Amino acid sequence: MALEQVVKPSDFATEVHNDWCPGCGDFGILRTIQMALAELRMEPHRVTIVSGIGCSAKTIHYVKTYGVHTLHGRALPYAAGVKLANPQLKVLCLSGDGDGLGIGGGHFVNAGRRNLDMLYVIHDNGVYGLTKGQASPTLKLGVQTKSLAHPNINDAVNPIWLALAAGATWVGRGYSYDIKHLVSLLKQGIEHKGYAFLDVLQPCPTYNDINTKEWYGGEDRKDANSGRPLPRVYKLEDEGFDPVVHEPLEIEKKATQALEKALEWGDRIPIGVFFKNEHVPTFEERILQRVPTYMDNPPALQSIAGPNGEPRTDLTRLVQRMTFKGE
Amino acid sequence: MSKRDLALRVGGAAGDGVSSTAESFAKISARSGLHTWTYSSYQSVIRGGHVWTQVRGGLDPLLSHGDDPDVVLCLNQQTMDVHQADVLEGGAIIYDVDSVKPDPTKIRKNVRLIGISLRKKAQTLSPNALMRNTVALGAAVALFAMDFRHVESAFKDIWGDKKPEIVQQNVAAARLGGDAVKDLGGPLPLGLAYPNQAKYLMTGNEAVCLGALAAGVKFLAQYPMTPASSILHWMASHGPKYGVVVKQVEDELAAMNMAVGAGFAGVRSMTATSGGGFCLMVEAIGQAGMTETPLVAVLVQRSGPSTGLPTKTEQGDLNLALGAGQGDWPRAILAPRHPEECFSLTAKAFNLAEIYQTPIIVISDLYLGEGYRTVDKLDFNVPIVRGMMAADGGTAKDFKRYEITESGVSPRALPGTKGYQFIGATDEHMESGELISDVLAGLPEFVEERRKMHEKRMRKLDGLRKDSPPPEMWGSRNADLTLINWGSTWGAAHEAILQVEEKEGMKVNSLEFPTIFPFHVDEAQKLLRGVKQSLAVEGNYTGQFARLLRAETGYKPDHFYGRYDGEPFASRDIADKILEVVA
Ligand SMILES: Cc1ncc(C[n+]2csc(CCOP(=O)(O)OP(=O)(O)O)c2C)c(N)n1
Ligand code: SF4
Ligand SMILES: [Mg+2]
Repeated sequence: MALEQVVKPSDFATEVHNDWCPGCGDFGILRTIQMALAELRMEPHRVTIVSGIGCSAKTIHYVKTYGVHTLHGRALPYAAGVKLANPQLKVLCLSGDGDGLGIGGGHFVNAGRRNLDMLYVIHDNGVYGLTKGQASPTLKLGVQTKSLAHPNINDAVNPIWLALAAGATWVGRGYSYDIKHLVSLLKQGIEHKGYAFLDVLQPCPTYNDINTKEWYGGEDRKDANSGRPLPRVYKLEDEGFDPVVHEPLEIEKKATQALEKALEWGDRIPIGVFFKNEHVPTFEERILQRVPTYMDNPPALQSIAGPNGEPRTDLTRLVQRMTFKGE
Repeated sequence: MSKRDLALRVGGAAGDGVSSTAESFAKISARSGLHTWTYSSYQSVIRGGHVWTQVRGGLDPLLSHGDDPDVVLCLNQQTMDVHQADVLEGGAIIYDVDSVKPDPTKIRKNVRLIGISLRKKAQTLSPNALMRNTVALGAAVALFAMDFRHVESAFKDIWGDKKPEIVQQNVAAARLGGDAVKDLGGPLPLGLAYPNQAKYLMTGNEAVCLGALAAGVKFLAQYPMTPASSILHWMASHGPKYGVVVKQVEDELAAMNMAVGAGFAGVRSMTATSGGGFCLMVEAIGQAGMTETPLVAVLVQRSGPSTGLPTKTEQGDLNLALGAGQGDWPRAILAPRHPEECFSLTAKAFNLAEIYQTPIIVISDLYLGEGYRTVDKLDFNVPIVRGMMAADGGTAKDFKRYEITESGVSPRALPGTKGYQFIGATDEHMESGELISDVLAGLPEFVEERRKMHEKRMRKLDGLRKDSPPPEMWGSRNADLTLINWGSTWGAAHEAILQVEEKEGMKVNSLEFPTIFPFHVDEAQKLLRGVKQSLAVEGNYTGQFARLLRAETGYKPDHFYGRYDGEPFASRDIADKILEVVA
């Protein structure tokens, strides 16, 4: 799959006009996706990116791979369909937090049960950006962002907890203004064998005036001596956190520490890899048990007709078996 | 008088093994060379309730499951109470003499009471309680004087070669029932000469699956819902051998979106459901219309509204199929009348879906989808046409996924094809796939572009119309009355016509629509010109098809007969209605 020649992020750029607001965190996610694909030396035509609906979902128009801008909340099952039909493709799926955790929440839970080999990224901005800033499922109780008439009356769902509970086998969180770190997370998520979920903290300067770049960066709480900001975001790996399930017996321990870390919010917000477990068979491996030719000759690549449109499926024996076995 | 058909009705509580007993009898009937047709009346319960199945066999092709049966097989007292009065003169009732009592005052003349110690006899062979059904089944086979060889063959079909002891035990049990009939007066004097040449037996849903397989389906995503679930079950057991990936998903939203995603990746892909599930699919099926992605959706209707009567039939989801999804998008709706068409129209749907790059809906119903019918011949050699691909002929440089063409069909590219990357979008887009929905919408140039793009998509309706089967007139020319119907109502309509022609000397014909949409306006108008008087017959309250016909052609049927009590049309009732409107 990987190319020999040098692949540059610009190989994944399109000329499509970009209409995000200036300073939107989505720019960081776009750039890092292009960089990660280039660094992994992916051939653009072998990658398909599926998105839902929202500001976040527009990302795919700016990435020169195959892509589908689907429906609000339905990116995950759509992406699963693409991947199941042709497991030879690299499939990425992008959603907003409303898309993935609100209207598409049921799919979020069920994607974990499958462990299809793909990466799912949520652009986590706490609001419904495209529809002018209503509260999203990740906005905390009592928080009042710009468009809200009253403080948020619902509490937030914790995407990391939910992904772990659903069975995602790789769970990470990135920050859209830490480019280098986010590229590394995207690459790990893409390369993970199984279903990887990446929550990306994505400031929306237009509608979320609480969880801003300045807030994440700690501009509001400068060190008394140095006068430097004290960032809220910190990296798990800097504290020696080991997310990897090295052998199956460790699952409980590693899941528990991931859940513990995922509770941190406010003064300290962890980013990095929370959990990684490659001891679960992927969905592709499970299908292979039933359809031995699945990976080499997947559904989308099977030849179903001869040169003159004659069908290749021979049903005579099946019908005989179905109806008059033994005669 | 010698008869040309027979009917057995098996009744009991859910969990008594009614459907498997009836299914065995249907297989025996088909092996005897009879055209066979079954109908099950059941409920959404796992145990209890009252369920029954009627199996009809005939020397001539059948058109319905028939009316009153020759033999009723009672697996409990309630069956006796409910059905004993229906048994035809000269027929018989089979029951367990130790637990079920007939009421002779309710039974027609000349009906024989075949009381057998079913349970006790079965227990001489095995402690398995369901073997009593097999004893009773053997009694039915003996009453109809069928060849016992077919019993063994049917059991082998059901239990497979892997369980020869079960097959042998059941054959022995059936023989006990057969022997009991000898002591109770022997076979009924029906005088049927069985051809003993086996026929294919399948449900409409199985025929849909076969049609899909023949057409090269390799992906099915589905969520269980009666009466479409058997498509999922059948495909799960048979599909993998043919390289088909069968995915049971979390809901119908996922089923449709996943099937569309698979179609986008290039596989022949399908989903199936009933009305409730289809309601959840409408946004996603419209998405396939907008992104020009091939897909086949099978809608097996049951009684609505809402959860309705899950195990009862209806033709009430036509408006749903016609109106599914926001805005206008090109679709075809094909309505098979019988299993042969379940097979052929499903296979055709896959070609239409790929040629026109849009969803095709195959609409059937519980009566057709779940009932067993014998099928004379299926042509597995279905031609496969996969539609226009960009990589065949064009160059990547000029590739425009949504190029505006005269036919409305644009060159398609599949992920994995080098150089043809594009973005499919549910937002309105330009020929390249770029959006015009956001900052460009409303600018004069893009008002024009939107109009052209929408017209391009909708032009596909012309091709779809041309390539789908036109309406058909069946029966006498110059009829006094024309029945207008669609889908599974066909059978009862034909049978009613034959009845009134024979008994009353009337001339009635039937106008049928294997394609519901795009409507064949010209063909329909041509056929309607010869219609003197008409009666629309369909399984819903408002006459959903009759309204479509009127909207498309301006023709308003003179009379309407709708059925919406959950039961399929009976030819007797249609015949009565014909007499009523013509008189
Ligand atoms: C079925 C449906 N309901 C509602 C909408 C309107 N809608 C479009 S985007 C959106 C919310 C987007 O929020 P989010 O998913 O968080 O994405 P963001 O814009 O913040 O990136 C809504 C409600 C829609 N397109 N479809
Ligand atoms: S509304 Fe928010 S999320 Fe959307 S583009 Fe603007 S800044 Fe970005
Ligand atoms: Mg959002």
